Amino acid sequence: MNGSVKFSLSRAERAVFALRALYESRGYERFKVNKFEEYDFYAGCKSFLTSENVLTFTDSGGRLMALKPDVTLSVVKNADPDAGGVRKVYYNESVYRDYGDGNGFREITQTGLECVGAVDEATVAEAVRLAEESLAAVSEGRETVLTVSHMGVVSGVLGGVDPSVRDEIRGYMENKNADGVRRAAAGAGVGGAVAEKLVSLLSVYGSFDDAEGELLRLCGDIPECAAAVAELGAVCRSAGDRIRIDFSVAGDMNYYTGIVFRGYVNGIPKSVLSGGRYDGLLRGMGRARGGVGFAVMTDLLEAYPGAGNAGYGTFLTDGGDGK
Amino acid sequence: MKKTINVALPKGRLGDRVYSLFERAGYACPSILDPGRKLLFENEEAGVRYFSVKPSDVPIYVERGVADVGVAGADILLEYSPDVYELCDLRLGRCRMAVAAKKDFRDDNSRPLRVATKYPAIAREYYRSLGRDIDVIKLNGSIEIAPLLGLSDVIVDIVETGKTLAENGLVPFATVTEISARLIANKVSYEFKNKEIREMASRAEAAAVGGEK
Repeated sequence: MNGSVKFSLSRAERAVFALRALYESRGYERFKVNKFEEYDFYAGCKSFLTSENVLTFTDSGGRLMALKPDVTLSVVKNADPDAGGVRKVYYNESVYRDYGDGNGFREITQTGLECVGAVDEATVAEAVRLAEESLAAVSEGRETVLTVSHMGVVSGVLGGVDPSVRDEIRGYMENKNADGVRRAAAGAGVGGAVAEKLVSLLSVYGSFDDAEGELLRLCGDIPECAAAVAELGAVCRSAGDRIRIDFSVAGDMNYYTGIVFRGYVNGIPKSVLSGGRYDGLLRGMGRARGGVGFAVMTDLLEAYPGAGNAGYGTFLTDGGDGK
Repeated sequence: MKKTINVALPKGRLGDRVYSLFERAGYACPSILDPGRKLLFENEEAGVRYFSVKPSDVPIYVERGVADVGVAGADILLEYSPDVYELCDLRLGRCRMAVAAKKDFRDDNSRPLRVATKYPAIAREYYRSLGRDIDVIKLNGSIEIAPLLGLSDVIVDIVETGKTLAENGLVPFATVTEISARLIANKVSYEFKNKEIREMASRAEAAAVGGEK
């Protein structure tokens, strides 16, 4: 006899199902990666990782292995697109990270997507739209915001500044620390006018239409910045109304090359989504192609639940009599 | 509707000065001046709710989103690197982080320098920038005694007037960084209470600049 069984779902599980349904409905295929890789693979891309600490072990063949600290690296290594095409995949995986907060290594669950190959503005726009929709899908009715910036604006203003200084300045920008930006710039001999432009960028906030005039006034005369602002405009205008321009959103400038973004749900005190365009990472891996993607930290949804119930799932059975 | 901002103040003398600054900025909450046993103080009209915690805990309350904003010394922010926005310098509690040692101290580069401090991360970063190998000795108080008893060669500590150093026969040799109180904000609160937090930062900074004149 056929029937159905009702079972409870945690918030994280419900979020994963919602995200899988969203990504599959847009043509993304499921991608599974190994739980571990050879340590050397991660050692070569340390600054792309959130934390440089990696959990290692020696396998039976004497090779030093690492439990995966990041999914994007594994996906881009293995997801080969057809020539001239874009491979679009999504994943639901655990990563193992030590954030240096005294809690040691933790298992963190992530669901996300990656587009690898001939990535263009339309692909990036689609990723940003899906990031915005992902936030709505996991928010349990709470308010959401997707903050977006473009690495080309900051690197255009910085020009040929030494990479170590650039990284230091970027670190201060991530914390909206205007004094830090000024101090780092002065210490490295970067002109005061450049430092003030960066500080002014930090105060730009709002929808793209609100921000555009100020952005063009600040750096529209720099070709790299003007191109970046134009791309930012095209991508943001094709997305919804929860987008905010914010130049404290940044990634490692060796890896992230275009639009970067971070997502927030009201009531969860950390960002639940982060992503961006990472052509630089692929170049560093010797692959002449583009990439864009993001991850949703589903375990945060469990740690900071909304007001709703966790919910239930149902699956159909054949009656369990083995016939 | 105006959203209430939760503010974590540092307990003690600095907290009193910070509250005075917020009062001047239009965020008065008279009940805080007569606290009794209350721990939370709210002025709905001004859209603000205060609570006081140990100064070094302020960034933790803010990072975890219990407080939307807070006031912490730059020393605490540099030492613990919390994931928060640093919105403005409130120009209060000004002092400096300095290297100090006995008057006759001469650095012996043939061995690691022994550094006693309450701020190991700041000390490591400072000497890393100089390329100097050090042996950090983490202490929790009475730092000045360490070089006197031969526990360390130098100390890295906060210097306000230099009086305590002088009384113990120590002199400052180098400034590591200038210190003052900073207004910090939770990164998520900044998104969802954006108008209110930006207005508070702007008014607090104006009051800080005005307070210096």
